[in-house]
Amino acid sequence: MVRSGTRGRILDVVFASATKASAIFVLLIIVAIMLSLLIGAWPALKRFGFYFVISKEWNPVTEHFGALVAIYGTIVTSIIAMLIGVPVSFGIAVFITELCPAWLKQPIATAIELLAAIPSIIYGMWGLFVFAPFFGDHVEPWLSNTLGRLPVIGPLFSGPPLGIGVLTAGIILGIMIIPFMASVFRDLFEVVPPVLKESAYGIGATTWEVIKKIVLPYTKIGVVGAIMLGLGRALGETMAVTFVIGNADRLETSLLMPGNTISSSLANQFTEAVGKLYTSSLIALGLLLFILTFIVLFVAKYLLVRLTLKEGVRT
Amino acid sequence: MKGKLLICLMLVVAALLGMQPNLAEAGKVKSISGAGATFPYPVYAKWAAAYYKLTGIKLNYQSIGSGGGIKQIKARTVDFGASDAPLKPKELEKWGLFQFPMIMGGVVPVVNLPGIKLGQLKISNKTLADIYLGKITKWNDPVISKENPGTQLPSMNITVVHRSDGSGTTWIFTNFLSKVSPEWKERVGSAKAVAWPTGIGGKGNEGVASYVKRIRGSIGYVEYAYALQNKFAYIKLKNKAGSYVAPNMDTFQAAAANADWKGAKGFYMVLTDQPGRDSWPITGASFILLQKVQDRREVARAVLSFFDWCYKNGQEMAKKLDYVPMPGNVVNLVEQAWKAALKDKAGNPVWP
Repeated sequence: MVRSGTRGRILDVVFASATKASAIFVLLIIVAIMLSLLIGAWPALKRFGFYFVISKEWNPVTEHFGALVAIYGTIVTSIIAMLIGVPVSFGIAVFITELCPAWLKQPIATAIELLAAIPSIIYGMWGLFVFAPFFGDHVEPWLSNTLGRLPVIGPLFSGPPLGIGVLTAGIILGIMIIPFMASVFRDLFEVVPPVLKESAYGIGATTWEVIKKIVLPYTKIGVVGAIMLGLGRALGETMAVTFVIGNADRLETSLLMPGNTISSSLANQFTEAVGKLYTSSLIALGLLLFILTFIVLFVAKYLLVRLTLKEGVRT
Repeated sequence: MKGKLLICLMLVVAALLGMQPNLAEAGKVKSISGAGATFPYPVYAKWAAAYYKLTGIKLNYQSIGSGGGIKQIKARTVDFGASDAPLKPKELEKWGLFQFPMIMGGVVPVVNLPGIKLGQLKISNKTLADIYLGKITKWNDPVISKENPGTQLPSMNITVVHRSDGSGTTWIFTNFLSKVSPEWKERVGSAKAVAWPTGIGGKGNEGVASYVKRIRGSIGYVEYAYALQNKFAYIKLKNKAGSYVAPNMDTFQAAAANADWKGAKGFYMVLTDQPGRDSWPITGASFILLQKVQDRREVARAVLSFFDWCYKNGQEMAKKLDYVPMPGNVVNLVEQAWKAALKDKAGNPVWP
């Protein structure tokens, strides 16, 4: 039933303004966060300037603060997480949508959604009590005896097998973002019109070719978006990382050694930070994380634009 | 910024609850509020529960950390604040605050070394500092062997474990290291969080405890209760008087009893490296902060009555939770100071 004349128009206007208000609300929140971070971080930024980003010293006693260790830890753990998370989630999604027998589909999908709902502190505790001991006793000695002896990448895998460190944190993060990305990938792959896929199979394409030539191009915006959301979670994850990264403000070459990330520094130190410069430096760390996430999103958008350009004109 | 937000929030809450104190002032105070240190939270909660049963007065204590407690009492959004580290007399003066020690605890260095029993290992203060400075890296270092004749020490790397979060425990521990090692004082210093020269950081006492349990050849420092509960091999430390002491209730209390509280202005007293043959060198007290000028006399009296009751009746409860009650002579000093220092708006003393 179509509503008559004026009433319909009024409703339409109300609806439109409601959606507009929601959108503006989001923008306002971003601006407000940005502003409050800037104001809070100002004393530290004024004092240290660019030195804040390139200094690896973090000393609450002498009040010399630099974010390099935390930035490095954040980026490296996220890279490790993506190296593990993206291929595995991709594999899961492809298996569910293309290869899996129908009766197994639902159980796997439910399991993934359940995993996505587990709070991060559980991952952290599991990492600390179960994974880290196993990793330190069985995997890390093996890593330093094999990869650790290679030239160039050797130093990345040498050092005492503590089980706690940057690599462990990266792996836990990887495991954490898998369920999230896998379920988004699956939803994306499922909306690819069957007629496209069936046509491709019909002309003799293999499963891999169908994925590569049909499914991925069709869903690429969503896929990049899902990866970015996963990366965003990895960059910002706090509790799980704090448990297993070892929280040491030193720059180490080895991935087996402890490090620190921006969010775990914040979680560790905010409650007991006294003094303006200390608090302000912590807020400046938060600002850096914000900027880092912003850069990541920007790069993602740029990549998408490039991809679309390469495609040529849609007809 | 966060502090300001917090204060705003607290103000809103206070405004919403505004009716309550007014009503209470007319009649009887029904609840008192405090915020701060996490270390004494279990014992404050225990005391509060017992006190509530007895009097019907409720304590609402938020264990948000000493830093937050100090901020809140400065902003007068709580009736009392709690801090693991005492404020310097100058800062007390500036904010019109008064502080007193409420409960004590000991910080205990613990090790995970195969074949080493509880209290078997003896380590001098300087050696402990050198381990934490990263200068001694092997357990069979000649310095440690010399202090432990007859003990076979493994040729194992020392993994230093420290707290990753800002904490009163770290403050006490680093204060001790600064007192006994000039090099530590020079290079690292003492604070709730420091730039550790070596080692890995665990979050909270439980974080440090689980790292030490996990990593063979590690050394960490935890609150006494955690050392007991995890059955860690604690080490004996050499105190100021030159004797090796084990951490326990008696040595903690000895440290407090031997300290010169009378000479400590504003009860600014750090119980590390105190004199006395039996004093454990890394003992610390947790402090309560009050506004010197109390707006609401009834509330102030309720707060002081609670703490008075805790001093007198809370000792056994505290010991059961592995906290160390303040010795009697210190309690007397504190209650005398209440009389002298705390006034209501008209300038009359609020206690007794």
